[in-house]
Amino acid sequence: MRLCGFVHVWLLGSVLLLLPLRGVTQVKDGHPGYHSNSTESQHGHGSSITEVPIVTFKWHHVEKPYLIALWILVAFLGKMVIEANHHVTSIIPESALLICFGFILGGMIWGADKKQTFTLTPEVFFFYLLPQVILDAGYTMPNKLFFSNLGAIMIYAIIGTCWNAASVGLSLWGCHMGGAMGNIEVGLLQYLLFGSLIAAVDPVAVIAVFEQVHVNEVLFIMVFGESLLNDGVTVVLFNVFDAFVSLGGPAINAAEIVKGIVSFFVVAFGGSLMGFVFGLLISILTRCTKNIKIIEPGFVFVLGYLSYLTAEMLSLSAILSIVFCGICCQKYINSNMDENSVNTVRYCMKVLANGSETMIFVFLGISAIDKEIWVWNTGFILLTLLFIIVYRIIGVFFLTWILNKFRLVPIEFIDQVIMSYGGLRGAVAYGLAVMLDGSKIKEKNLMISTTLIVVYFTVIFQGITMKPLVMWLKVKRAQATEITLIEKVQNKVFDHMLIAIEDISGQIGHNYMRDKWKHFEEKWMSWVLMKPSARKSRDHVFSVFHQLNLKDALSYVAEGERRGSLEFIRNESAIVNFKKKFEEDYDVVMPDIMADMSDDRGDMSDIRNPVPSVSLEMHEQTMKGVRETEDVNSHHLLHQHLYKSRKQHRHRYSRSHFNINEDENEVQEIFQRTMRSRLESFKSAKMGVAPPKTISKHPKKDQQQKMANGKPMDKTKSSHSGDEDFEFSEADSASGFEASGQSFPMRVTYRPGAGIENPAFMPDMDPMAPLQIPPWLAEAELDSSTVAPSQRAQVRLPWTPNNLRRLAPLRISTRSTDSFMMADTPAILQVQQQQQRRRRERDEDFDLPPPPPPPPTDM
Amino acid sequence: MGASQTRSESVYQELMDKTGFSLEQIKNLKKRFLHLSGNEETISRENLDAIPALANNPIRKQIIEAFFDKRNQRSSEVGHLEEIGFEQFVMVMSHFRPPALRTSVEEREVMRKEKLQFLFNMHDTDNDGVITLVEYRKVVEELLSKSGAIGHEAARAIADAAMLEVASTNVPDMAPDDFYEGITFEHFEQILKGLEMESRMHIRFLDVDTSTMRCGKSTS
Repeated sequence: MRLCGFVHVWLLGSVLLLLPLRGVTQVKDGHPGYHSNSTESQHGHGSSITEVPIVTFKWHHVEKPYLIALWILVAFLGKMVIEANHHVTSIIPESALLICFGFILGGMIWGADKKQTFTLTPEVFFFYLLPQVILDAGYTMPNKLFFSNLGAIMIYAIIGTCWNAASVGLSLWGCHMGGAMGNIEVGLLQYLLFGSLIAAVDPVAVIAVFEQVHVNEVLFIMVFGESLLNDGVTVVLFNVFDAFVSLGGPAINAAEIVKGIVSFFVVAFGGSLMGFVFGLLISILTRCTKNIKIIEPGFVFVLGYLSYLTAEMLSLSAILSIVFCGICCQKYINSNMDENSVNTVRYCMKVLANGSETMIFVFLGISAIDKEIWVWNTGFILLTLLFIIVYRIIGVFFLTWILNKFRLVPIEFIDQVIMSYGGLRGAVAYGLAVMLDGSKIKEKNLMISTTLIVVYFTVIFQGITMKPLVMWLKVKRAQATEITLIEKVQNKVFDHMLIAIEDISGQIGHNYMRDKWKHFEEKWMSWVLMKPSARKSRDHVFSVFHQLNLKDALSYVAEGERRGSLEFIRNESAIVNFKKKFEEDYDVVMPDIMADMSDDRGDMSDIRNPVPSVSLEMHEQTMKGVRETEDVNSHHLLHQHLYKSRKQHRHRYSRSHFNINEDENEVQEIFQRTMRSRLESFKSAKMGVAPPKTISKHPKKDQQQKMANGKPMDKTKSSHSGDEDFEFSEADSASGFEASGQSFPMRVTYRPGAGIENPAFMPDMDPMAPLQIPPWLAEAELDSSTVAPSQRAQVRLPWTPNNLRRLAPLRISTRSTDSFMMADTPAILQVQQQQQRRRRERDEDFDLPPPPPPPPTDM
Repeated sequence: MGASQTRSESVYQELMDKTGFSLEQIKNLKKRFLHLSGNEETISRENLDAIPALANNPIRKQIIEAFFDKRNQRSSEVGHLEEIGFEQFVMVMSHFRPPALRTSVEEREVMRKEKLQFLFNMHDTDNDGVITLVEYRKVVEELLSKSGAIGHEAARAIADAAMLEVASTNVPDMAPDDFYEGITFEHFEQILKGLEMESRMHIRFLDVDTSTMRCGKSTS
């Protein structure tokens, strides 16, 4: 499969590449080719035009952007092929595969050109590929975790990196003195310079590997934070040593060394400060972008990039600058900007970061296929590999040993092993190695090739072995849990409790400091940086609540759509029976599905599951599959139809506004629309069609009344439990009959005139009204022309708003409830009123002191 | 003087064994205790309520109540105390002691249980082993009362929704007539699995007296 994939890429790549390569080879191989080409093109549209050319081939006109675009395309395609097969990526990390892909591409270029025409130049890497990766890392940084571990991260990043650089450099120098390298011209300073560039753990490589491993969050933030910050540190170190090398050995005295150390701190902290300033700037700017929502996400990217460039211009640490820019602004822009813009930022960030990550790895691979850079020196290369691993381990264990004396929660031994093993080197080291000045450093190529080997070894070998190692050592993994409201609430309780205990015991600890910072932040920073409106709805618990509500509403819509489909209604009885039968088994095997299913009865029960029920028409094996496909179907339906009618006749182009689907109204509107179509389908079934034989068999009308009282419903349902198959067939025949006999009248009832006036029906749609068929029904009609909801539709009320109790206080409150009540036929009205009354009673019950036994109402 | 000295030493020793605090930590806490109580033997609710730093804490009441709850004294008694002495004070504090450097899995589990129990007791105000909706609502309401934008109604809704979550995760197949009485301790444990209680619920008890450090004066 994988081989096959590569073959595809090969073919595709060669088709894509060879075409432009012809041009490139001509350009790069020598001037003659270029000249001939350019004269040709001049000939094409130059002064000596003899006739008007209809089409001309102007490759050189577009060459550069064209090649860039092609490269991006090829890299992306490569990623696509690699990701197509998860069996491979679960064993070998994607970054390693991308590098291998780069080898192949490089081989192809080499084969075509006999020379490596494309390598990763430091300029491209540092200016165009790296910033977005780092910005993304900063922007998505879990701030609380980061700052609560900041001390440890800084120690690892600063002291650890310096230790690595110094120890590797000095040891190599020692070995050189001992004669292990043979005859190469490298002095002590150059060794230190090399040590500093090879010292840093690379964030790109680390993220790529650790993302797939899911280690626990503390370990992750340690490795991740360290790799981010030490990039800055290593660049600074590199610059200092580079300056030393340029100065030359004898010129360095104590004053210069002190200057070097000072500049180290100035560069590192100045860069961070710069990022902080830019972060605040973004926050303030997004405060006033109310009227240009469409370009508001752009600010984040442009200013983030500017922070990088500004820091670079002032020779401060650009990486640290953009990291802190992302970290500082995330909170404020997320609450200042429109929800859509926030999503846009998130997605764009991911696209850019992931894209350039892909490019980086591919180019790392391509760069290897170049005869010129390869200088082999066994001693140097192997010793470097050995030293970086050994000193990394020593450094991590020693620093952790010190840190554990101060940490409340010590870092465990296993975590330390992973941390030392996670010292992957990457493109930053390579970029720095290429930046070395060849005129001053004789062995530049040796350093580059050593760096490449170190990178390949760490990314490929350590990357592949990381996952088995994590498994084998049983590292505490992060549980991928869905966020639940109660956890969030408990978290909050928890924080406040810790603060309170610190207050009572009179300690000044982390919690105290955090509390003070939060107060300061709430009082001043938010006031300056946040929109007043955003300030209000900022509570975390509330936002989770809000999100859950949105999810509820969406799943509710999906459910409404699904229920509109024939199968669901038909088989509803089957669910109950099914559930009754297999209850015990499923409870054990698939508790979550059971949780979903319990919702059906939840209509009447006091405590209701917010997730809508699943359509279970098949047997247990297919159950899940059915659910998924139905999900897909309903989403598809939603996308295809829900807004179409409105879009169709309101469509207009605007560069600066998204008029359709305004965010705040979206959910509300979805809700109203689905409810309307639900109602209509219900009515149509009721009035248009009289299901022939079912009524006599199951006295549904009575059931409706009884159902309001809760209990009888359950009994009748359980009485059906034997004959689900019978139900199937019967419903089938019933609907078939309806379809053949009375499909036309059914359609008529959709028309607002023939049906019952629905206040929820929006007047602005009236021009289209006669043609207005509820979209999903229209779809169903096209499919099978059997749209009659069967008898079950009459048993079940359309979902009443009390199904969405979580939503109630938020937005729907009275309005939609009223509309439902008015819209329904008297029978339903009655039932609903009863239900409402019941609910009210229940609510009142809650207000009383806790009733340990079930409330004595009709429940 | 010497006699009282040794007596308090032995009391301290006992406390150290019980709670796992070091002698310095206990001495620090004693100092703090005396400061809070105004050099009395016992502390009352008013004493704790008067701590200025606590004024902003939305769940102040619950936390103070936890100090006077007999269940948090690691004994089997149930009920509330009116005043607590130093021993009880330290006992409550010991729930927040950070773990030792090396702890076995079992110890960790025990610790986790204890911490969870503390948290649970804080919610379960009437000692019946169940957090009812009313009890839970109260906590959530107070928790959210500080952010002014969220009203009473929303707080209630959040509490209700959270309760629903618990109900649906723990009792997936509820009969329609069932009434979910509230969160039992087992359920509570189940829900908060992801919180990593044992590694988070602790604060740093310094060995060095912070008050003297700040003043720069040596204590006699």
